[in-house]
Formats: sequence, C-alpha cells, structure tokens
Amino acid sequence: MIQYLPILILLLIAVGIAVGQIALSNFLGPKKPTPEKNAPYECGIIPAEDARKGVWVRFYLIGMLFILFDMETVFLYPWAVIYRRLGMFGLMEMAVFLAILLIGYVYAWKKGALTWD
Amino acid sequence: MEAIERMINLPSSSFQAIAPEIILVLGALFILVLDLFLTRERHHYLQYFSLAFIALAGWYTAQLWGDTGFHFYDMIIVDNFRLSIAYTILIAAGMTILMSGPYIKREEVDLGEYYCLTLLATVGMLFMAAAADLIMIFVSLETMSIGVYILAAFQRYRVASNEAGLKYLLIGSFATSFLLYGIALVYAATGHTDLDGISRFLTNNPPAGDKILYAGIAMLVVGFGFKVAAFPFHLWTPDVYEGAPTSITAFMAAGVKVAAFAAFARVFMSALHPVHDQWAPALYWLAILTMSLGNLVAVTQTNIKRLLAYSSIAHAGYLLIGITAGTSEAASAMVFYLAAYTLMTMGVFAVVIYLGHKGEPNLTLYDFAGLGYRYPLLGFAMVVLMMSLAGLPPTAGFMAKFYLFRAAIREDLVWLVVIAVLNSVVSVYYYLGILVRMFMNPPEEEGRALPAYVPVGVTLAVSIAGIILLGIFPTPWIDAAQRSVMVALGMR
Repeated sequence: MIQYLPILILLLIAVGIAVGQIALSNFLGPKKPTPEKNAPYECGIIPAEDARKGVWVRFYLIGMLFILFDMETVFLYPWAVIYRRLGMFGLMEMAVFLAILLIGYVYAWKKGALTWD
Repeated sequence: MEAIERMINLPSSSFQAIAPEIILVLGALFILVLDLFLTRERHHYLQYFSLAFIALAGWYTAQLWGDTGFHFYDMIIVDNFRLSIAYTILIAAGMTILMSGPYIKREEVDLGEYYCLTLLATVGMLFMAAAADLIMIFVSLETMSIGVYILAAFQRYRVASNEAGLKYLLIGSFATSFLLYGIALVYAATGHTDLDGISRFLTNNPPAGDKILYAGIAMLVVGFGFKVAAFPFHLWTPDVYEGAPTSITAFMAAGVKVAAFAAFARVFMSALHPVHDQWAPALYWLAILTMSLGNLVAVTQTNIKRLLAYSSIAHAGYLLIGITAGTSEAASAMVFYLAAYTLMTMGVFAVVIYLGHKGEPNLTLYDFAGLGYRYPLLGFAMVVLMMSLAGLPPTAGFMAKFYLFRAAIREDLVWLVVIAVLNSVVSVYYYLGILVRMFMNPPEEEGRALPAYVPVGVTLAVSIAGIILLGIFPTPWIDAAQRSVMVALGMR
C-alpha cells in the first residue's frame, strides 16, 4: 500500500489548492454587489428570460436516436481503419452489427419516432 | 499484423457454444419487426413465435449437453451445470410467456415489446449461467436487468407498476455498482477476471489477510445478494413484486433468481473456493437472517403478492445454505432446488393471474375464501403448490429441501439445518393458512366466474405435473444434477 502514498499526497495538494484559492478570494476579496453583478453572466448581454423552462419531450427521443447512430459511427471508424486485416470475419461481424442497428432504425421509423409533430 | 489476424479468426465451431442465446436474440429481433407489420387481430402470433424460439433454444441446449470447454477467450463456459440451469431458465421464460397471453390482454398492455424484452432478458439470464469471467457476468447481469426493469414498469397507466420499475431500476443500479467494484477489487487482488484464473491464483498464493480481496468478496456478496433478494438487500422485493405485472413478478421470482444464483454459485463455489473458510461464515449468517426474516414477515402479510415476495426471500435463504456448504453435492442440490422452485413459483403466480381481474386491485388472502369447493381443480392445484412451497412430501419442494439439507449436514452445518427446518415449520403456517381459507371459510360474496384462460391453465397443469414428478421420482433428476456439477465446478 505504501507505494500509493505519493498519489494520496498529490490528491491532497490538488484539493488543497483548489479549495484554498476559492476560500482565499472569498475571505480577502472586497465585496461590493450591485444588481448587475449578481445577474447570471450570459456573454455580457442582459439576460432575456429564465433558463429553467420545460424541454419538449421529443428532445429525449431524438437524443436517444442520436446515441444509437452515434454508437454506429464510433464502431465503424476503427473498423474502417483496419478492415482489410480483419478479412471476411470482420466484414461479417460488422454486417451483423449494422443489421441489428437497421432493425432498430426500422422500429423507430414504423413507431413514428421520426415523424415531426 | 499477424497477431491481429490470429486474434480475429475465431473457429466457427465456438459459435455453437452460444447457439441457444443467438437463437433467442434473433427471435427477439424477429418479434420486434413482426410486431410492426401485424394487425391487431393476429397479435397473438407473437406469443406463438416466442414460444417456438424458446423451444428451439431448448432443443439446441440439448445438443450441447455433455460438452465441456471454454470459448471466446475463456468468457463462455460450456458444461452441464450451465445447461441444466439454462433449461430451468428456459422453462421459466416459456411458462411466463405462456401465461402472459391472456394476462397482458386483460391489462391492455398487449404490446410486441413485451415478448421482445422477455426474450432479451432471458438471453441475459442464459449468459449469466454461461459466464466464465467476472466481466461477462457483469455484462449479462445488466442485459438481464435492463429488460426486467422495463417489464416491471410495463403497465404504463398504473402508478404501482411505474413505482415498481423505478424502484427496481434505482436500487438495482446501486447494487450493480457494488458488484462492479467487487469485481475491480478481486481483480486488483488476484490479477485475473476469469474464474479459472482467480481459482488458480488463490490456490497457488493463499492470501493471508489480503484486505483488498476480502473487501472485493464482500462487495460481490452485496451485488449478488441484491439480485437473489437476500437479507439485508431485500427491501425492494415486496414493493417491486407487488407493483410489477403478475406474469413479470413470476419471471423475476423464478428466472432472475435462478440466473443470479447460478452466477453466485459459480463465482463462490469455483473461483473463490480456495478461500471458502473466509466467506463461509458471512454467508452462514446471511442464510439464517434471510430465511428467518422472509418467513417471519410473510406470516403477517395479507396481500398475496407481498406474501409470495417474502416467501421468495425465504427460499433465497435456503439456497444460500447450499453456497455456504460449498461442495459439489450442495451445488447439485441447488440445481435441483432451483428447478423445483421455478415450477412452484410459476404455478402459484398462474393461480394469482386466474384470480385477479383487470387493474389488479390488491389481491388479498380474503379473496381465496371458499374457492376450494367452488373450483375443486384449482383447489387441488393450490394444495399441491402450497405443500411444495412449504416442503411437505410427496412434492418437489420436499425433495429439494431434503437434498439441500443433507448436503449441508455432510459439511457439519447441523445448526444451520436445524434453523432452516424450524423456518420451514413457520412457513407451513402461512402456506397452509391460504388452504384453510380456501376450504374452511365461506365465500365472501357471490362468486365471480373464473375466466377461461387456457394458456394459464396449461402453465398450471405443467407446473403441477412437474412438482409431483420431481417429488415422487426425484432420482433421475438429482442424478442428472449431480453429473452436471461433477465436471463443471472443478471441485472436490
């Protein structure tokens, strides 16, 4: 266990610096709040409306579909780099993977997940 | 480059090792697509196709029977322990799907996804029994759990069902993280994630007070203890079992528990067997507490699904005796016990489906009043089921307990068995209490005619036949169970 001691010390120093800086500026810095200073910072523009509002439920559906096809890309890129070396087996494996994703796509389509409004 | 080519070229024969699982995945995808193109009237085809795929998977499992070996870089094991557990899981899944047909129609959740998810969860269960590596166990546990989380919340318009799904998801994910941390710590201590490697490492380097290893083992107990609903990780069980659709409750009580116990037994009885002395005392007390709590709380329950939830906790306690004993005889007794337990659980939930009506107002013990005389066949079925659950001869439940307790006695766990037998006596009170209501109380109101659910009746008949068969002629089955663990777990 003793060989992990440097990691612990590093962890303590890192946390110490982070907490210390915030605490120091909190204790030492002058505080002259104005309504402008207390407003949330939006690139220097005066805030237009409350940021906490409802999100359209379809957003989650699109998010899930995005992850599905994002995953496809994540696997396709490394496969494409070495697909010659993987040979027939690699081709078939990728075909199976894409076929399963295609079924997911057909399912989402037929269920109306892609129909706008 | 050479190395990569050798790595990728898997011998095609090893795909046969996971053929049952491949069949079920294809089946699930097929049903998902078929559902899109079927009209409402032909919806019941989905059920037939699901059953056909399960039967096909069962047939392929039979083809594998007797093979032994590791596949996919020691991730998948083929042995008879896996295959006999696979049979039990397939029977549980088949009976679930069989009795689901009329049930989900009644509850108006007759969707194709129901069968698809059931099949995919079954695939996860089969892989749990087939896993020879801790990572594989984790992945298959997740595959199983995600399917069951959704199925528990399948009655979207019922608050209780949503609550059950959410509770199961939140507490289940929490427990899974314990399992994962346990895997990480065991890997840190031994340098292996494959069960064979862990076992070899622990035999060659007996760990003297290796705290990382013991912390890892403790976390594994938490993770598996949650899935099998062992005390003190059982708190979700009554709520989830009560809220989930009844057919899925049966699936959880039988399928999930069988799969989790298969992985639990394989990890503790083969990989961690060299340090048996270290973890056995913990499981000894866990077994005592689990069965005592399950049985004592079940006595006070009036809701039938909650009662069965506590009864399933009690059965998990009995099964933990098998893991505590840790011998191959105990493992074979567990295989037999799990098969018997699956049959009786499925039968009892088939009865609950029979008696319930739409929307599932809480089905209480009072609803059983006087049913025994009005429906003699149902009464007979309940007598067999309750005697089997309580462990009275001549039923499967009795033989299962007999073999399990005998295996424990041979390991000098006499006090554990004494407590288990006393627990069985307590359980007789509430199991037979249901029969007392059925046969000795007058019916509460003008009786409603029971629905003519043929598939549910078939499920019930199969379960009763199985219970009596296993109870009267247990020898061939226990022989098969013994042969199934001899090679498998590589134990004394």
